[in-house]
Amino acid sequence: MSYSEKVIDHYNNPRNVGSLPKQDDNVGTGLVGAPECGDVMKLQVRVNPDTGVIDDAKFKTFGCGSAIASSSLATEWLKGKTLDQALEIKNTDIVAELSLPPVKIHCSVLAEDAIRAAIEDYKRKKAESAGGNGNPGGAQ
Amino acid sequence: MLKLPIYMDYHATTPIDPRVLEAMLPYFGERFGNAASRNHAFGWQAEEAVETGRKQVADLIGASPKEVVFTSGATESDNAALKGVAEMYREKGDHLITVLTEHKAVLDTCKRLEKSGFRVTYLRVGRDGLIDLGDLSASITDKTILISVMAANNEIGVVQPIAEIGRIARERGVLFHCDAVQAVGKTEFDVNRMQVDLASLSAHKMYGPKGVGALYVRRKNPRVLLAPIIDGGGHERGMRSGTLNVPGIVGFGKAAEICRLEMAGERARVGALRDRLYDGIRREIDEIAVNGSMEHRLANNLNVSFAYVEGESLLMGLNDVAVSSGSACTSASLEPSYVLRAIGTSDALAHSSIRFGLGRFNTEEEVDYVVAKLASVVKRLREMSPLYEMAKEGKDAGENRRSLQG
Repeated sequence: MSYSEKVIDHYNNPRNVGSLPKQDDNVGTGLVGAPECGDVMKLQVRVNPDTGVIDDAKFKTFGCGSAIASSSLATEWLKGKTLDQALEIKNTDIVAELSLPPVKIHCSVLAEDAIRAAIEDYKRKKAESAGGNGNPGGAQ
Repeated sequence: MLKLPIYMDYHATTPIDPRVLEAMLPYFGERFGNAASRNHAFGWQAEEAVETGRKQVADLIGASPKEVVFTSGATESDNAALKGVAEMYREKGDHLITVLTEHKAVLDTCKRLEKSGFRVTYLRVGRDGLIDLGDLSASITDKTILISVMAANNEIGVVQPIAEIGRIARERGVLFHCDAVQAVGKTEFDVNRMQVDLASLSAHKMYGPKGVGALYVRRKNPRVLLAPIIDGGGHERGMRSGTLNVPGIVGFGKAAEICRLEMAGERARVGALRDRLYDGIRREIDEIAVNGSMEHRLANNLNVSFAYVEGESLLMGLNDVAVSSGSACTSASLEPSYVLRAIGTSDALAHSSIRFGLGRFNTEEEVDYVVAKLASVVKRLREMSPLYEMAKEGKDAGENRRSLQG
């Protein structure tokens, strides 16, 4: 199978590889997929508590080049977005941007799932800390 | 000087040997005759070339030339053997025995036979990829008409105990077919010593051209009868009609002759390259696992899983090295390799597997390049892998971690 130039570019120069501190209240972590299926994505967002805007995003992916490119692209797109804007990112946008063939559409679905999981994790943390000990901020 | 890209996928196909190509060329030109033309010089010349090729192929496997039937390739040979025996011996029985790790040309043919009423036993293999001879013996019934076991596996290179299987089959009066595609020309394969009754061969796996193969069909002790799957002009003693592929057969013959004369030296040389590759990988990269027996394995094969790294992304990084992966992502099916599953490799590690097939034209310099490139790509991808991170953190990541150990 041949890859689009954008997939190759993201594979060779992945954006935002790495990890954010999971315990940080402003960080949401999504871990989706399964090694048995050949794809695992970890996607993290950090939200600025004052503005509600995602100011950093990181990923790590076990998967094919298209899975790596989908998650790399997702982190690029997430930065600077509010949570509501982030939830508007659809897998079909990723498919279009990376020119993914039909057999690779599941990679884009996984990236969308990872975005949603990360945001849900962030929201859950916020809800817990609001209803819990009230310790705001980033101390980990 | 190192020339890129490097070809290390000799199980998929082999480059044609220049000596083979040279032998073939006249048969695309002035020697264009039909080998079945009995009444002029063009036909006689073609027939002579075909008979030379037939003898060269027969000599490589210890057969007599009359036992060699030319086909379009090993897939056709496998089909002809299984379907031909099934139809011819149906009165005698309706049971066949094969192995879970056979090539699809055998497995899918068995599936079709099952649809037309035959029963098939699929033998399991151990972690080493080998069948259990006790299982084989126990599976034979008075209705068993054929045992089909490959000589060497196309993914993991594991070599089955063909002579022992042949002995069991002969003792029990069951015909024995062997898909010998990956073994012939690379390791000794003798139809009499191994008591093989039918064997499938392919030219393009042994430095010959694509589009030509052969089926060995034993003529005595016992004489094997086959119902043809292709009807027509009665070529190949009625077993395979169709105008013979004269240039292909000339090339196949030449390729077989070169293998027969050079096999011993070549096996040692290619085996040393494979060992150099394996040693280099073990030296440079941790957390690897070899799939299948190292002891009972073709000298040119290595199949390794690189934990925490997905195979297709690894292939993408090795963009100037031609190898294959057992990962689902490289196939249309989205299922990881059924061969690796059969030997008990976890799906996660199957997704992380790479098959290396070395051959006649590889060099030490190429092997060293591949080792260095692998080390750097695996390192980069592991830094990008959440599974590697979890493993390093030593955390129990639930199913993820357990399945990687499995």
